Amino acid sequence: MEPAAGSGGVAVAGAAPSRLASGATARPPSAPTEPPWVRRLLIAVALGFLGLFVVVPIAVVIDQALSQGLGVYRRAVTDPAARDAIALTLKVAAIAVPLNLVFGVAAAWAIAHFRFRGRALLLTLIDLPFAVSPVISGMVFVLLFGAHGLLGPTLRAHWPGLTIIFGLPGIVLATVFVTFPFVARELIPVMEAQGAEEEEAARVLGASGWQMFWWVTLPKIRWGLLYGVILCNARAMGEFGAVSVVSGHIRGRTNTVPLHVEILYNEYNYAAAFAVASLLLLLALVTLAAKRLVEHRARVVDAAPLDPAPLDPDDAPAARLVPTEAAP
Amino acid sequence: MARRGPGALPGFGLALGWTLTWLSLIVLVPLATLVWKSTDLGWAQFWALATSKRALASYQLTFGTALAAATVNLVLGTVVAWVLVRYRFWGQSVVDALVDVPFALPTAVSGLAITAALAPRGWIGSVLADHGVRVVYTRYGIAIALIFTGLPFVVRSVQPLLQQLEPELEEAATMLGASRWQTVTRVVLPAIAPAALTGFALALARGIGEYGSVVFIAGNRPMSTEITPLLIMTRLENYDYAGATALALVMLVVSFALLLGINLLQAWSRRRGAAA
Repeated sequence: MEPAAGSGGVAVAGAAPSRLASGATARPPSAPTEPPWVRRLLIAVALGFLGLFVVVPIAVVIDQALSQGLGVYRRAVTDPAARDAIALTLKVAAIAVPLNLVFGVAAAWAIAHFRFRGRALLLTLIDLPFAVSPVISGMVFVLLFGAHGLLGPTLRAHWPGLTIIFGLPGIVLATVFVTFPFVARELIPVMEAQGAEEEEAARVLGASGWQMFWWVTLPKIRWGLLYGVILCNARAMGEFGAVSVVSGHIRGRTNTVPLHVEILYNEYNYAAAFAVASLLLLLALVTLAAKRLVEHRARVVDAAPLDPAPLDPDDAPAARLVPTEAAP
Repeated sequence: MARRGPGALPGFGLALGWTLTWLSLIVLVPLATLVWKSTDLGWAQFWALATSKRALASYQLTFGTALAAATVNLVLGTVVAWVLVRYRFWGQSVVDALVDVPFALPTAVSGLAITAALAPRGWIGSVLADHGVRVVYTRYGIAIALIFTGLPFVVRSVQPLLQQLEPELEEAATMLGASRWQTVTRVVLPAIAPAALTGFALALARGIGEYGSVVFIAGNRPMSTEITPLLIMTRLENYDYAGATALALVMLVVSFALLLGINLLQAWSRRRGAAA
């Protein structure tokens, strides 16, 4: 997403573009600007748009969740079916996120530090799951492992007890598919921006490959890694379409939290549906807060020494604190 | 920066090997299964399934609403990015954080929330109902849900470019006698156009495939408010794998084309960014 990041390809659906590697140019207070009424109008349009489209839905979830009182809310989120759904969602994320973490580190190491044939193609292929509709992301695993799928009958003949579709393995596979690019996408620009001088120094000083990785690379990329994991986890826990295709909606067994919300809603149990949905809203807000924190930490801890010293006094960091506009 | 051949750093073979293995297992083989399954159909059957009346109506709805939503986001997203980069106002960092909410909120939750807000007895729906307007279970409702899910793309594409734009460019235009309007339309907008278009294409791609936030508000009546992803879902639930495969292949091809277009736009955007 960032023009500063040197890799082709792009994060499509559900990916919050990385904001770890960006540097802003401070605008001097003398820069040309619009008349005050235009400024006020544009701010009003932007706030109105975000208010209607973002703040209202958040408020509606909270309002509806509490519409029948706290007792109903508490019963809805502690109901055995809800608890099973929460446990399953946590389990799926606990399997899917580490798998994509390992993949993301491997892919970023190969793509950021080496030039090879097909590198641009590889980047595009990693982005593919973002471009594919969630329904198709789930469907491909039904075509592969379903009762009439490509491998389904063979697997059933050899392991009669194994259920992939309408079971945990199918849900994990669909989740790994939809969250596939997150960690790699975040790490590639971070690794490219950091370079590999420290790693090379470690090697020259006699570190083995794994020593170099654990003691030099991992500490260097920790914020980017954490950032990718946060985004990956949010999507893994919130995925609806792909999981809906492979799960079979078996209550207590293959029902994740988003699917449980849908079932409650379709049973006209609105207060309970929104109560459980409010847990997902909480997850989203915690995710955003954690993301902000990591962005801030990354900028303070990692990015600062990499920034070239400002040559122009107008560009000095202090200038960023000066408002570019006179207060309206 | 890292322009060196394999060998200077360790781990290339292991890293690339694992990347390709995992990519093949999780992404390429499953997607190839879809393509392979559709060759089972034969051309005539594929064509009949992919261009049935119900399918054509769903494409028209899906692409039409996604295009409309992406266009709204192109205009209003650029305004939001402009306001966030150029102006200072109270609560700005909260507003900036709000832009990411559609990315972070699970689609099922956004779908429910938007439906509840727009329902005839909801907060916004009741106001609309007073004026005789109904949006739930119509294509307008679908477009509104897609505006929500696509909201961050244009903002987050344009924002960094706008930040990096040299103030000198605008100062020069002003000193050469351009009005503010001329400076913005002839200097600033052309510079951010590739990024804005990238955001537009991203929002479009997301909107075409979107499922969770749309199903609750769409009403899902065949031929009128049934989006293509939902039609695929219906076919799957009826074990009509041939029908589902044909539709999925059409969507997959469109996604590929959009991804390719987005990559080209991004390359263009980066060149613009480097030149600016």
